[in-house]
Amino acid sequence: MDRVEIESRLRDVLVSELGLDADKINTAANFEQDLDVDSLGVVELLMAMEDEFGVKIPDDEAEHIHTVGEAIELVHTKLNA
Amino acid sequence: MAAGDRVRGNQRRRVVVTGMGVISPVGNDVDSFWKSITEGRSGIGHITRFDASAMRTRIAGDVKGYDPGHYFDRKDVRRLDRVSQFFMIAAREAMAQAGIAYDPDDEAAARSGVVFGGGFGGMESFTEEIRILDRRGPDRVSPTGIPKIIINMSAGLVSIEHNLLGPVTCVVTACSASANAIGDAAEIIRRGAADMMLAGGSEATITDYGIAGFAQARALSSRNDEPERACRPFDADRDGFVMGEGGGALVLEERDRAQARGATILAEVLGYGMSADAYHITLPRPGGTGAARAMKAAMADAGIDSSEVSYINAHGTSTEANDATETAAIKLALGDDAYRVPVSSTKSMTGHLLGGAGAVEAVASILALERSLIPPTINLDTPDPECDLDYVPNQPREFSGDYAMSNSFGFGGHNVTLVFGSSGVGNKEG
Repeated sequence: MDRVEIESRLRDVLVSELGLDADKINTAANFEQDLDVDSLGVVELLMAMEDEFGVKIPDDEAEHIHTVGEAIELVHTKLNA
Repeated sequence: MAAGDRVRGNQRRRVVVTGMGVISPVGNDVDSFWKSITEGRSGIGHITRFDASAMRTRIAGDVKGYDPGHYFDRKDVRRLDRVSQFFMIAAREAMAQAGIAYDPDDEAAARSGVVFGGGFGGMESFTEEIRILDRRGPDRVSPTGIPKIIINMSAGLVSIEHNLLGPVTCVVTACSASANAIGDAAEIIRRGAADMMLAGGSEATITDYGIAGFAQARALSSRNDEPERACRPFDADRDGFVMGEGGGALVLEERDRAQARGATILAEVLGYGMSADAYHITLPRPGGTGAARAMKAAMADAGIDSSEVSYINAHGTSTEANDATETAAIKLALGDDAYRVPVSSTKSMTGHLLGGAGAVEAVASILALERSLIPPTINLDTPDPECDLDYVPNQPREFSGDYAMSNSFGFGGHNVTLVFGSSGVGNKEG
């Protein structure tokens, strides 16, 4: 799966499952600062990503995901490993 | 001396109602609720929220035309069990009527709080999470599951939304929970720990487990072919309660402050009586002695005697046990006045809102005083010899009077009675 498709599917998950504002989602968007995702929301986000892409994201890797772009990169790495 | 002061020699703080809110199976706000119950309209129908075809009971009273998106953002609603949604909606209506909106820095915000009464909390969320746990494992349950489930969260959510930074608590006494919530909130104001309290409760248990559990306890009516006639309190052919859902909220304020800010006083909370049956997990103590003590305690707290009671909003669930026992209790508590006082059960129309019943019925009682009209007990077709009081059958009735009593009795033997005084009483100087 390439980054474009990952971004598209991630965007859908963020909007439809987490209720985030579609207009604010871009690769530079910071989950906590720009998208108003609190600490519980970050966990929900990671679970949604695991379900959507069939990957596992342990806590020590999750710590490094702060932006939409970083989330896309992590998924891309796992899917293409 | 006003009724509220009669019992004690010293001055006690008076508690008045300045706002009300309701969402119920017969109306999603106070006005539509009142219109329905005074027109004798039933909110009971076939269960559509889930597949109830295998259940002994396939009828319930759900909130009609409810769209959470009308009240909440998509992002927020994911964290709100239906039970919390209902209480938040009722609370908004009550606060709007009271005309209160605090900023967190307002001094009054720290002198305001919430008491929420509920039976189960987020049952729907709880059962969903257990199913996920079983089917997919512990790392698939929601991080917001616990907050959605715990019963007190409804109180917390309302305090967050309305900036209420004083006492925020929760009381859990099954079908008397929100009556306790109103009484406890009034007491918090009386002892000076707050000047305003948002008090009420809600319930949302029309789910497969909710219906199955109560049906197995043989508590529910199985008159599935005639849903609107199933809830028939005090009638000889009653066969159990019908589950409802929804919630109610009252804004309670210390009376002098309410008057000073020009609030409209809707009623006064005069009396709060409690007792325990100490008898059985679900059945009331035969003879109604427990409930009678709660009613007497409430009248004494209000400083009134039975000759002054103008209306009783009964617990009146339509179970064989409650209605006969409550009738006996009213006779014990009111003596000869039992045959004079009109008694009605609005559950005949709304169904039983469990933890939310006390608050919704408090609203009905206050409106009855305010509008001088008693909502009927519908479906009262065949009198039961054991239930021989005046239950205002089938038609609403005009009346005049200043004091209404509302009964709420919960599984576990909790008996709660509230006495409300009319706005005339509330505005009178002590």
